[in-house]
Amino acid sequence: MKRIVAGQRRKWKLSAFDCVNVLLMLMLLVVTLYPFLNTLAVSFNQATDTVLGSNFIWPRKFTTLNYTNLFEDNTIYNAFFISVSRTVIGTITSLFCTAMLAYTISRKEYFLRRQISFLFIFTMYFSGGLIPGYMLIKNLHMNGTFWVYIIPGLIGAFNLIVMRSFMEGLPGSVVESAQIDGANHFTIFLKIVFPLSMPVLATVALFVAVGQWNSWFDTFLYNSSKQDLSTLQYELMKKLQSASMSVSGNAETLFSNSDNQQANIVTPTSIRAAITIVAAVPIIVIYPFLQRYFVHGLTLGGVKE
Amino acid sequence: MDAASELKANPKARSVKPTRSLWKKVKQQKALMAMSIPFVLFVIVFSYVPLWGWLMAFQDFKLGTPMLQNHWVGLDNFRELFRDDSFLRVIRNTLAMSIINLVFGFLSSITLALLLNELRSIMFKRIVQTISYLPHFISWVVAANLIMNMLSIEGIVNYILVNLHLIQEPILWLSKGEYFWWIIGASNVWKGVGWGAIIYLAAMTMIDPSLYEAASIDGAGRFRKIFHITLPGIRPIIVILLIMSIGHILDAGFEQQYLLQTPMVVDQAETIDLFVLKYGINLSRYSFATASGIFKTLISVILLVAANQFAKRMGQERLF
Repeated sequence: MKRIVAGQRRKWKLSAFDCVNVLLMLMLLVVTLYPFLNTLAVSFNQATDTVLGSNFIWPRKFTTLNYTNLFEDNTIYNAFFISVSRTVIGTITSLFCTAMLAYTISRKEYFLRRQISFLFIFTMYFSGGLIPGYMLIKNLHMNGTFWVYIIPGLIGAFNLIVMRSFMEGLPGSVVESAQIDGANHFTIFLKIVFPLSMPVLATVALFVAVGQWNSWFDTFLYNSSKQDLSTLQYELMKKLQSASMSVSGNAETLFSNSDNQQANIVTPTSIRAAITIVAAVPIIVIYPFLQRYFVHGLTLGGVKE
Repeated sequence: MDAASELKANPKARSVKPTRSLWKKVKQQKALMAMSIPFVLFVIVFSYVPLWGWLMAFQDFKLGTPMLQNHWVGLDNFRELFRDDSFLRVIRNTLAMSIINLVFGFLSSITLALLLNELRSIMFKRIVQTISYLPHFISWVVAANLIMNMLSIEGIVNYILVNLHLIQEPILWLSKGEYFWWIIGASNVWKGVGWGAIIYLAAMTMIDPSLYEAASIDGAGRFRKIFHITLPGIRPIIVILLIMSIGHILDAGFEQQYLLQTPMVVDQAETIDLFVLKYGINLSRYSFATASGIFKTLISVILLVAANQFAKRMGQERLF
């Protein structure tokens, strides 16, 4: 009885804290979301109208012209295709290879498991750095090819450790009974461990896919002279660079045109907004569904070295 | 269990000599080896062969000459590095932005985790969390675009500040050197606060609920519980993450500075990574750039080991 009373009094006394807390959280939501909503609205707004002021989260004069214009541009269309390809191919290959290696070093009887783990964990702290890595890619003649997006990042140490930790936690009896039935390791991996590891596979798939979709630096370093291998992020990066160099480009193109043409005009700002949205939306749509997986995966990787 | 299963598979394993047992293991585990050795070769080629490239820091490396036939110059590249005023400026920038990122990154994530933990509505908590992850998943290119829009002359930041009469007229934030470090710091907090909070929230769920009950019975309020139960409860994970980030103190980030810098703020924006990129890729001074890369790695490892030793001495959790 006494405890209930105490509990009620506490609730009443601290409701001010709750209000402030909720208010702070709402502020966080606004600060997080406003840039996205604003850019989304700009991308669907007539470019001529945006010039008059761009602080809104709902298009004032709706148009899809910025997008149609964007995808008429062959370079963007092709870059989008390359970005999708590298994300799909990169994620599948990386997932399979990482899982297979993780399976072997999760087997307690494997006599090389410690050495292999060490080889990978060491790379988390020591790396050759930018220039030796760049030289290596050049020497392997991988620059100017699609494979420079896929192969160097095939297995990440962090992802490997996350997967290994998960697989070590799987019940050993499943694997042992398969071994008694005479299944070899590859079959056990493919038919038993791989399907059982779906939660961690989803996590790592998200990490890898996000990394692939978002990366622009490898395109910049190795494929900047190959237009047909350019990626969406790299195209956006180039637009960003030219935007930060010239501030006044918009107005000049606009006011040289008469009124009735203005609805059909796109400006660098509007195009940039549209690419930003195209580059961000695939991930924004996917990550909430994988949330429970990556929260778990992150703690798994954080706790075990 | 390890030895037992081995014994079952090979009853004589205990009695044979080490070399023979190794050979036996190789034969016995050839399937596991076939599944892993290709990736060992992979990591050796892509992560260890580049370490060989460190040699060029002690040479006057020319493209096209085999590595060992270049002219050896000893520590000349390092000497030149420390005589270079711009390198000292680069270190200053790196440390400044890194410390800003470290302090505000930790404070913001821990604060967010504490506040989320105190929310009463599970539904609301989940919505806030999901949305707070959003910026983590977008690329720095997208983020830089958004940030540049927000900070432009007609952007929302200037709009609000002017209307609140905090500033007289709009400021070109990204072309003023004195703001650059703080813009980078704020951008990092914006992008990383939600993601950073995950690990602390996970640690908070591990705290024994009976501690809170006991504290309530003793009449402890919300704040006392936060400071005497929740924070001590997540201290081990804070220490581990601090150690790890001390090893990364010279990683002030690369993409954000590269993407957000304008010609007017180069003096504040250039970090070690950008310095390496400039000399190595743009100016083709491979040896000099590699020397600065090595400097960075060595300092990082020394700091990591030192922080780890320090944590050990303090009786705290540690990395290794």
